[in-house]
Amino acid sequence: MRMPFTRANIHAFGEWITSEPRSYAATRRGWLFAHRIWLLRRLSQTLVLALFLVGPWYGIWLAKGNFASSEILGVLPLADPFIFAQSLFALHKPILLAVIGVATIVALYLLVGGRVYCSWVCPVNVVTDSAYWLRDKLGLTRDRKLDRRTRIWVLVGALLASFMTGTIAWEFLNPVSLLQRGIIFGIGAGWGIIAAVFMLDLFVTRRGWCSHLCPVGAFYGLIGAQSLVRVSALQRTACTDCGACFKACPEPHVIMPALKGKGTHLILSGDCTNCGACIDSCYVDVFQYGSRLSPKHAAPEAYINAPATPSRMPAAATAAE
Amino acid sequence: MANKFIAEKGEQRSGGVAPAGGRKNAQDKPSSSKSAASGYSRRDFIGTVAKSAGVACIAAVALDQYIRTARATDAKALRPPGAIKEEDFLSACVRCGLCVRACPYDTLKLATLGDPAALGTPFFIARESPCFMCADVPCAKACPTGALDRDIADIRDADMGVSVLVDHETCLNYKGMHCSICHRVCPIRNEAITLEKQTINGRAMIIPTVHFTKCTGCGTCEKHCVLEEAAIRVLPRSLGQGKAGRNAAGRPLTGHGQLKRDL
Repeated sequence: MRMPFTRANIHAFGEWITSEPRSYAATRRGWLFAHRIWLLRRLSQTLVLALFLVGPWYGIWLAKGNFASSEILGVLPLADPFIFAQSLFALHKPILLAVIGVATIVALYLLVGGRVYCSWVCPVNVVTDSAYWLRDKLGLTRDRKLDRRTRIWVLVGALLASFMTGTIAWEFLNPVSLLQRGIIFGIGAGWGIIAAVFMLDLFVTRRGWCSHLCPVGAFYGLIGAQSLVRVSALQRTACTDCGACFKACPEPHVIMPALKGKGTHLILSGDCTNCGACIDSCYVDVFQYGSRLSPKHAAPEAYINAPATPSRMPAAATAAE
Repeated sequence: MANKFIAEKGEQRSGGVAPAGGRKNAQDKPSSSKSAASGYSRRDFIGTVAKSAGVACIAAVALDQYIRTARATDAKALRPPGAIKEEDFLSACVRCGLCVRACPYDTLKLATLGDPAALGTPFFIARESPCFMCADVPCAKACPTGALDRDIADIRDADMGVSVLVDHETCLNYKGMHCSICHRVCPIRNEAITLEKQTINGRAMIIPTVHFTKCTGCGTCEKHCVLEEAAIRVLPRSLGQGKAGRNAAGRPLTGHGQLKRDL
């Protein structure tokens, strides 16, 4: 009891917090391996919030505002494209500053992926990931099935409501805004809505909010469908069919074409959040981040004819040669 | 069951959201031609469109109704200086809080659940902390969307509301005393509030009198009213200010306020 942080204790703790889908990689390659991108994501989410909090807490004004619209280092304006779209539907004539801010974010999404916001920035992701983890730990399997396109209907509904009311409609109940704004400016009774999202994901629908209902992520997914940075199942021939990536992935349907298909190795669905859960959970290194423009991720035929020789050739490609 | 399966499969393939279809073909992106090739019938298509449109409409109407109740701003919650008309404000304000950060005082706040303004929007309550009427209007200049007029030339052009002496019964000046604190603290000294000599019931009194064209609704008078509950308060202009002209009510020729038996 005097020494709580013994090697054995830390090991046991690591084992305990590892969810089932990551345990394959954790037992074979180590805990850190199975959580390497997860740790980076949590770090990223923390740092982005910290960027906005060191101002009010310590008077170091790196960023002002919040995720809806902000001013970075007193010069760079950033603005949320989904809120901007609703504002347009509400017939507000945008000012140049807002257009610049939105264009900057859209350019960023086209580069690294629209739903990178969901997995690397959004604090609700921590809430819903926690619910998913707790689901696994408690062995809860109840899953009220929802069509994952419900979020698109909610998205269309939010735009229509914006037009009908002349307001930025979704912001009246958006838990995503509520939480990030709440952390930066004070949340009050807003915790209730966040708790509701947690309960929904825990007891009602598996990955209910982020993967089925949230129109914010859906909107970013539409932008990000064309983005440059994608996850690639480059070493898919090494796949052992353990299923860990499917269980770890918040949007499992995106993996199948890249992993089991015969075409491109890239995960091209806009639903993919580039969260890297598949990369973390795969103990044979099937997945990696890649670029849409890099020829090595293209369909295998193109891959074989490509001049560049990657360090680890997939078995099939080697055989073909 | 078989039909249901086909329909579900078809829906998945037609989804504009998730080019997830590709159970067999990795490159399979949903498009009408490919959908047709995979046994996706016109009936499925119409059904899917109708269902989606229906749910989107339900979502829109529900949200619309919710907003109509949630958008109303409590009369005691005032918008920052330079705010455009309230009905336009909610189409422009993204609730980012840059105005709150720009405010050098502890005046502006973003509404959380239960606050008297729409969720996340900036407001202040005069009795707690009034607008200090900074000459350079930093809050309005910080607004990234035009919800606050960034080009506001003078804080005296601001229109946050209008101050009204709402309670003659408790106002000390109406009791013949010489409180006049509202007059003394007013930042637009001797213009927005003047002390007018009046004789009421034979007693000479000086009555604080607000001039609507000068008052910006900053709320300093309300903040400093010495009573437990302020006798002078800032109200939205629509509540606090009358307008010269004729009211149709009670005038028989117009038909308003007429009793049925008079017809």
